[in-house]
Amino acid sequence: MGIASRSARRRATLGRINLGDAIFGGWAWLMAATLVLIIVLLVLELYEGSKLGISRFGFSFLIEERWDPVFERFGSLPAIFGTVVSSLLSLAIAAPLGLMAAIFLAEMAPSWLDQPVSFIIELLASVPSVVYGLWGLFVLVPILRDPIQRTLYRSLGFLPIFGCTPLGIGMMAAVVVLAIMILPYATAVARDMLRAVPNEQREAMLALGATRWETIWRAVVPYARSGIIGGFMLALGRAVGETMAVTMLIGNRPDISPCLFSPAYTLASQIANEFAESVSPLHVSVLIELGLVLFVITLILNGLARLLVWRISRGEMRGAR
Amino acid sequence: MNNLITREDTNLVAKLARTIGASPKLATEASLAQAQAETNVRVGAAVSAGGMTIENLTAGFADFTAVSNISLEIIPNKITAIIGPSGSGKSTFLRCLDRLHEEVRGAWAGGRVLLCGEDIYAAGVDPVQIRRRVGMVFQKPNPFPTMSIYDNVAAGLRLNHFRRVPQLDEKVEQALRQAALWDEVKDKLQQSGAALSGGQQQRLCIARCLAVEPEVILMDEPASALDPIATLKIEELMRELAREYTIVIVTHNMQQAGRVSDFTAFLMMDEDRAGRLVEYGHTKQIFTNPKDKRTEDYITGRFG
Repeated sequence: MGIASRSARRRATLGRINLGDAIFGGWAWLMAATLVLIIVLLVLELYEGSKLGISRFGFSFLIEERWDPVFERFGSLPAIFGTVVSSLLSLAIAAPLGLMAAIFLAEMAPSWLDQPVSFIIELLASVPSVVYGLWGLFVLVPILRDPIQRTLYRSLGFLPIFGCTPLGIGMMAAVVVLAIMILPYATAVARDMLRAVPNEQREAMLALGATRWETIWRAVVPYARSGIIGGFMLALGRAVGETMAVTMLIGNRPDISPCLFSPAYTLASQIANEFAESVSPLHVSVLIELGLVLFVITLILNGLARLLVWRISRGEMRGAR
Repeated sequence: MNNLITREDTNLVAKLARTIGASPKLATEASLAQAQAETNVRVGAAVSAGGMTIENLTAGFADFTAVSNISLEIIPNKITAIIGPSGSGKSTFLRCLDRLHEEVRGAWAGGRVLLCGEDIYAAGVDPVQIRRRVGMVFQKPNPFPTMSIYDNVAAGLRLNHFRRVPQLDEKVEQALRQAALWDEVKDKLQQSGAALSGGQQQRLCIARCLAVEPEVILMDEPASALDPIATLKIEELMRELAREYTIVIVTHNMQQAGRVSDFTAFLMMDEDRAGRLVEYGHTKQIFTNPKDKRTEDYITGRFG
């Protein structure tokens, strides 16, 4: 076989490889573009559907407190307030719990315990939302109402957050159930991030004469920090969008109250509750507009989270002397 | 010290072992005794500050024995190199000297390791306290990436709740100067340590180790991930540090052992795959006039 024919064949092979690359590259581009397209279409569709509400109320939709389908006065502030407060409070409960559980699972648990406990925590994520709602109604709400909220009301009732009639159903019940629901996400991500920390980091701290706790707290957790916060943000995203269990527990009243015991509303639960009974085109339109607001809130929370990660990493670079 | 075997005795044992065709194990025992006889010149020195005496150290993981029955003396203010082929238990041996070995799941160790005359494996000894006295530099540079250069060096001091800022500044500067890194980083102490080059990162790790003023510094192939120039810098630094510190270095690189160390221990695995001490002595002697055939074969590059 001559050199000429061999090199000709090699050229042909190269040509085929390049064609494959082109096809694969194009395919990957197409798929990525599809994702972006879906998001864009979704936003367009939400905007299209809410046009009537936007033209009628404009910006005041975001700051109006009243929600009255009969007189067609619609404002989303109570639902925005309920969404942000319920999800942030539930994250405030779930984040420390999840981090500690993850530290236990990744750094301390013997291997025979680690698997079953991880499994049980992840099982929490597979319980249907409506079951959490039922559990909340029949188990959690009575417990919250009588011993817990009543005691808080009697002893700390002078504080605005405990200063209203203990109803059981309301913000507090929704927050507790939400915290349980998002706990597995926070825990699973944090655990995986801690496990991914290279062993050299642990040994570097141990070799300086650190105790186990100091090693975890000063070397392992900081190394995994941005991943852990990412996991918390995933959990927060779940809390913001959670519908069924919240609808069953939060009391569904478009009020803005500083009190944790009083009923409230969230964007998602308001949409779910009223869509089937919407009486006018304007009512439908403002419900879709609530969806658009929910989308924007998710975007803002994500942006803030990224900013937080960035600030933390920069803040520590400068060194806390 | 009770091993007052003379050179003649050990040679006799070795010769005897060879003539009767004894197992290599017996020969190992013989050369071990020989190595001890070799270092008997300095017996007693290891008890003073920064010296270590290892007696019958055996260690491993679960049912695997990584190092078996190693006894030797680490002489203060000298550099002791541990050489040997892959799998001969060099790193495990080193990690037993600051009780880091036991942090691995399933790890175990037996025997005695004396630091300044006290057994660090005695009951009631806190490994955390031992690690503050015996520092370690690892194979791969491992600065804490979320900390600044300053905070990396201060990390060990802060563990001791050292918070007075002026003294902290002073100690950080001193450690960085000792590690020959000060001039390169003095203007960017608040930048991330992860942005430095590999060689600088390794010197940062050395500075971090020096800041807590350990008595002994263990180095596990500290230059194997570095380029030749950075390697040379680390070696110069080691010679410099040996004036004040006792250094034990594990190395794959025999030229490096020859260049930097005062004493050399040659480890090799037996047929049961456990690492044993074959020969221990002055580096010059090990490299020019090894007593054991296997040391000679390894030094001359016939295996390993």
